[in-house]
Amino acid sequence: MIRNKLRTFLTMLGIIIGVASVIAMLAIGEGSKQNIQASISSLGTNSIMIIPGAISQGGVHLEAGSQQSLTREDAEAIQQKCDAIKYISPVVQSGAQVIAGSKNWRTVVMGVFSDYFYSRNLEIQDGSIFNQTDDKAAAKVCVIGLTVALNLFEGQANTIGQTIRINRIPFKIIGILEKKGQNTFGQDQDDIVIAPFATVQKRMLSTTNVHMIIASAKSEEQIDEAKEQILQLIRLRHKIPKDGDDDFMVRTQSDLSNIFGSISKVLTILLASIASISLLVGGIGIMNIMLVSVTERTREIGIRLAVGAKSRDVLIQFVIESVFISFIGGLIGIGLGIFVSMMVANFGGWPVTVTLFSILLSFLFSTIVGLFFGWYPAQKASNLNPIDALRYE
Amino acid sequence: MTTSLISVENISKIYGIGEIEVHALTDVTLKINKGEFIAIMGASGSGKSTFMNIIGCLDRPTSGNYLLDGMDVNKLDKNKLAEFRNKKIGFIFQSFNILARTTAIENVELPLLYNRTINNKERKSRAYNALKSVGLADRQYSLPNQLSGGQQQRIAIARALVNEPIVIMADEPTGNLDSKTSYEIMEIFQTLNNRGITIVMVTHEPDIAQFALSTILFKDGKIISNKPVKERKLALTELEKIKQPITVIKEK
Repeated sequence: MIRNKLRTFLTMLGIIIGVASVIAMLAIGEGSKQNIQASISSLGTNSIMIIPGAISQGGVHLEAGSQQSLTREDAEAIQQKCDAIKYISPVVQSGAQVIAGSKNWRTVVMGVFSDYFYSRNLEIQDGSIFNQTDDKAAAKVCVIGLTVALNLFEGQANTIGQTIRINRIPFKIIGILEKKGQNTFGQDQDDIVIAPFATVQKRMLSTTNVHMIIASAKSEEQIDEAKEQILQLIRLRHKIPKDGDDDFMVRTQSDLSNIFGSISKVLTILLASIASISLLVGGIGIMNIMLVSVTERTREIGIRLAVGAKSRDVLIQFVIESVFISFIGGLIGIGLGIFVSMMVANFGGWPVTVTLFSILLSFLFSTIVGLFFGWYPAQKASNLNPIDALRYE
Repeated sequence: MTTSLISVENISKIYGIGEIEVHALTDVTLKINKGEFIAIMGASGSGKSTFMNIIGCLDRPTSGNYLLDGMDVNKLDKNKLAEFRNKKIGFIFQSFNILARTTAIENVELPLLYNRTINNKERKSRAYNALKSVGLADRQYSLPNQLSGGQQQRIAIARALVNEPIVIMADEPTGNLDSKTSYEIMEIFQTLNNRGITIVMVTHEPDIAQFALSTILFKDGKIISNKPVKERKLALTELEKIKQPITVIKEK
């Protein structure tokens, strides 16, 4: 084996590429999973979403949220009665044309409680946020995102205190949000105007409707408890009979991350199985070379048998050789896999995480491949008849 | 009555079970005592090599009994047979059959690798001593392709000796060698035989057979004669004989 360096190396290469690709693929999959998790948690920590249910008319379901079942009072009731909830805010939102001087911009206007900022981890870069008094008074104040600020005021320093007009209603800017950038789904999270709930609901939209309620549980462990409390409270408030369908839905962050978690899991499995095919091909390469080697070394095997090697000795010798090839190949493959993952992370800008699990898995797998594909040729070698092996030319 | 080292009774070997049967050996019976030096002769296809393989435990007879050192070889399984070969028999082949790209000492160590009662240190010293006894102590780290045919055959002899076998089986040991080297090999054989090691040697060269103590002649799978060598040659004197003309030429 050592005497045939090039051939051994080429055989090893199959395993190296196989192991490296398994590690790189798993790393990329794991990285994308963490990327998605991170953007989900940017929606807010321990957040819970309550949205109105779907209208069902004559068996035809309309989209979720099409019912107008949630009210501001629901949100306030949750605030008072559910002790697992830390922050709560009803949300109304609407697309609107925002005008400042000679400039205008189409954006989303949200009406929320001040809790919303805490619930969603929104930081203020400049100025301040509105408070409960502003909400009670339906004050015409707002906090704007960076995209809106740039488009209307081109980053002027004195943006705070300026007035913008939304649907002809003048709003005073009291704060600018810190940049959040795009989320995983490509949405610009800075293209937004946030105003007190009552202001948007009554002055702008003239409705009693609430689009959704955003809440935060006190801790991660209390998410399920909070969800349960909300479910029971709203069912009670909406007078839904015991066996009746909910007219609203409660979604927690963990529901969301479960969904995306399973998507990226499928993706990872897909990538890893493609990669393991190359590992399998590498294994077949080992088998091929070992078979050639057995044929080539028939005489050597004959000599060994003649001087007293037992079948088992020959078997072990060949199995060890193939396991050795795949073992070393596996080691080099791990190094290469980590290297490739880091290259992807550096130049592709893709988050990559190499896990110990993937290293152990591919290493174990490659050794098993060596054992499995080395067994047959080794068996063949050990079953040779010494006489035939010695006569072999 | 002396117990025979090798006792073969009515063995037959038939190749190619099926339509065409080749009777390589038919009803061969032979006893070989300890300390003998036997040359087996015969034309190609006379069955001498088959006989050699059977008594060397490399092959099994189709029928008949074979006792080696009092052990019924037919009753041994494959692994026991391997162990038996390892401890009792030393092989020497026409084409040397030493491992290429492996040093002389490693080649000699080979049988000891399969003997688990011997540790590393002992293996090395025994291999070295065996090499020394064939006069190759200074070439222990040479590779076979750096050695002459005679030297390679001597490595093979050292390998056969290293496990201190009770019998050495040599299958045309001089077939690939010139006469001077052949005599050198025969000299080693005679020295070994004088030390009491039994040697069974297949050859088709009558002058090589003259170095043995007795010759057995095979023909068509049967032993047709078994007689002691009359004018036995001594390898040392033969070597002296061929040395002299060479020195004469050199002096000219």
